[in-house]
Amino acid sequence: MILKSKDLLGLKDMSAEEIEYILDTAKTMKYVLTSNIKRTPHLQGKSIVTLFYENSTRTRLSFELASKYMSASSANINSSGSSVAKGESLIDTGKTIDMMGTDVIVIRHPQSGAPHLLAKHVKASVINAGDGMNEHPTQALLDMFTIREKKGTLKGLKVAIIGDIYHSRVARSNIWGLTKMGAEVSLAGPATLIPPKLEMTGVRVYSTVHEALMDADVVIALRMQLERQKKALFPSIREYSRFFGLDENRLRLAKKDVLIMHPGPVNRGVELSSAVADHDQSAINEQVTNGVAVRMALLYLLTRRGTNEAAD
Amino acid sequence: MKLLIRNGHVIDVKTGIDGIYDLLVENGRIAGISTGIDPEGCEVIDATGKYVLPGLVDAHCHLRDPGYEYKEDIESGTRSAAKGGFTSVACMPNTDPVTDNESVVKYILNKAKNEGYVNVYPIGAITKGLKGEELAEIGELKFAGAVAVSDDGRPVKSSSLMKKAMQYASMFDIAIISHCEDTDLAEDGVMNEGYTSTVLGLKGIPAAAEETMVARELILSEYLDIPIHIAHVSTALSVELIRNAKKRGVRVTCETCPHYFSLTEEACMGYDTNAKVNPPLRTARDVQAVIEGIADGTIDIIATDHAPHHIDEKRVEFSLAANGMVGFETALPLAVTKLVKPGIITMKKLVEKMSFNPARLLGISKGTLEPGSTADITIVDIDAKFTVDPVRFESRSKNSPFGGMELYGLVWCTIVNGRPVVSEGVLL
Repeated sequence: MILKSKDLLGLKDMSAEEIEYILDTAKTMKYVLTSNIKRTPHLQGKSIVTLFYENSTRTRLSFELASKYMSASSANINSSGSSVAKGESLIDTGKTIDMMGTDVIVIRHPQSGAPHLLAKHVKASVINAGDGMNEHPTQALLDMFTIREKKGTLKGLKVAIIGDIYHSRVARSNIWGLTKMGAEVSLAGPATLIPPKLEMTGVRVYSTVHEALMDADVVIALRMQLERQKKALFPSIREYSRFFGLDENRLRLAKKDVLIMHPGPVNRGVELSSAVADHDQSAINEQVTNGVAVRMALLYLLTRRGTNEAAD
Repeated sequence: MKLLIRNGHVIDVKTGIDGIYDLLVENGRIAGISTGIDPEGCEVIDATGKYVLPGLVDAHCHLRDPGYEYKEDIESGTRSAAKGGFTSVACMPNTDPVTDNESVVKYILNKAKNEGYVNVYPIGAITKGLKGEELAEIGELKFAGAVAVSDDGRPVKSSSLMKKAMQYASMFDIAIISHCEDTDLAEDGVMNEGYTSTVLGLKGIPAAAEETMVARELILSEYLDIPIHIAHVSTALSVELIRNAKKRGVRVTCETCPHYFSLTEEACMGYDTNAKVNPPLRTARDVQAVIEGIADGTIDIIATDHAPHHIDEKRVEFSLAANGMVGFETALPLAVTKLVKPGIITMKKLVEKMSFNPARLLGISKGTLEPGSTADITIVDIDAKFTVDPVRFESRSKNSPFGGMELYGLVWCTIVNGRPVVSEGVLL
């Protein structure tokens, strides 16, 4: 099997088979990652560039280490201190990177659709590492990988996603991915932070955290951006935490063996109490490891497109 | 010089003519409409199987001149208008400098006289610099040649200022064209708020941002008993509010644009910046309501809102892309294809909405083939089909979401002041 597209722009346009294939490949990669000698030749002779127009610690580091563990040449560009700061257009920057022999461009950008624009104008594969409010597909893939690892399957699971759905690319990618893989997705968050007509994507939207959490197998809490308060989207952190924060009490509504996840970084005491964040059933730290595995899998699958296909 | 247009289906709203006639043009004026006019000594255009209409009048376009000539200028813009069958166009004041004083109006009129392919009528600003703070010198604008005032592209945010603008402009009997948008509600939205914005992860502009402002203008107009013209109506509730106000006798007129009866928000899928426009493309329900508004007369005018932008302003991230699309060269074909062919309106209604009514709104003596009037004529073959190719547009800009679409309605001839500028579909 090969991936249909040269790029990974989002899970919206990806098939369940492709997602399954990426997750299976990530399993092998995790094996490499957790072994004693973290070095494979999979990306030998390949060049990976991360182009980040927004700050990021874990996603960027995760991609960088994934490339290094597989022997790729990798380089980073920050939007500040590059020609981007001088007003160069995304397409021009992309073409410049392309012409230096780059195989994969990993982009994070504050505007939804920026990776799609880039992908149309470069020969390199483009991986979306988060675009505006649209998608963060590698995060959703690592979330699904984590769930599958812990629960054995995604099919038929009840997954609750709690928080600022409106601004969350993590939520959108998870919605597309999880529903394709047969999970039941329930969402809850302040009414001002629920995007319109969300039900049409096949999820259930609740106005209380209780309804969304009921009998959940998995709960994903989203990071609350504190600056949303200034735009009058919610009155205060205190009130948000009172109605949507997850503590041990609320967690009892979910299944006993509920898996607790968060894309990080966690605002302790806001979306998760410390007790929940550090709970035995919290997979927050493992998500980080799985993130590297999933990104290794993607870099591998995208760079071998068009080379060894026949062998499959 | 005599020009005879033979055997075409002539339509004129003012005189009520609607049938196969010969039309004679003499010395730049309509000399007569009847059957069997002697072709002796005439240059003859055979219009058999085609419609002969009063030249189309666009009440809302952007020629970008002065200030943004890299997008369009008066020469390229009027070439595009002529190609699309328009013989008169009214251009919005969001130029640089803003058309808020006599000298810019004069500049536009002079340039149009020297370089224009069609008649150009400047629209002046309501407020100085389009800033929404102080009234522009509306009297001076009117006497310099402005045919309406508008802060198009921006709303007049202050209700008090809008009230004063309406009162002041009414003194000079000049139309006010309102761009209805509550910018607080629109926030930093970039497309219609709805399912598609959710799917694309783009910030939405709620329909309510337009509708609340439409309601305000209707209330002010009713309160003052002063006419108001609502620009580019795009939502179902806007149509309903205006329909309702008209029933009450409010002196409101309004326009929509071809994209609001031809496209839905789904045109933005794939982050197609050519579909980014303000007001944004709405839902199928809104499109249906706009079509019904056109059919029942709630919507008086079809205007282009021709808004040229350079490719570099469109080939960027969706949120950063400029709003607007070029429209001169697709407006008539879209109206023919989406409204006339399916039987929603007749050709006569089309003439009313694309020529007669806009001329009346602007107070210009156009939009008719009545003998004695200036010979501005559009001849169109509504059965000829073609594929839209923006690269071939006469406009300097190619930002159209209609590329590749198959449409009916080929502009065969555009005659301005008795002189053909488009002949057999070719710009002269």
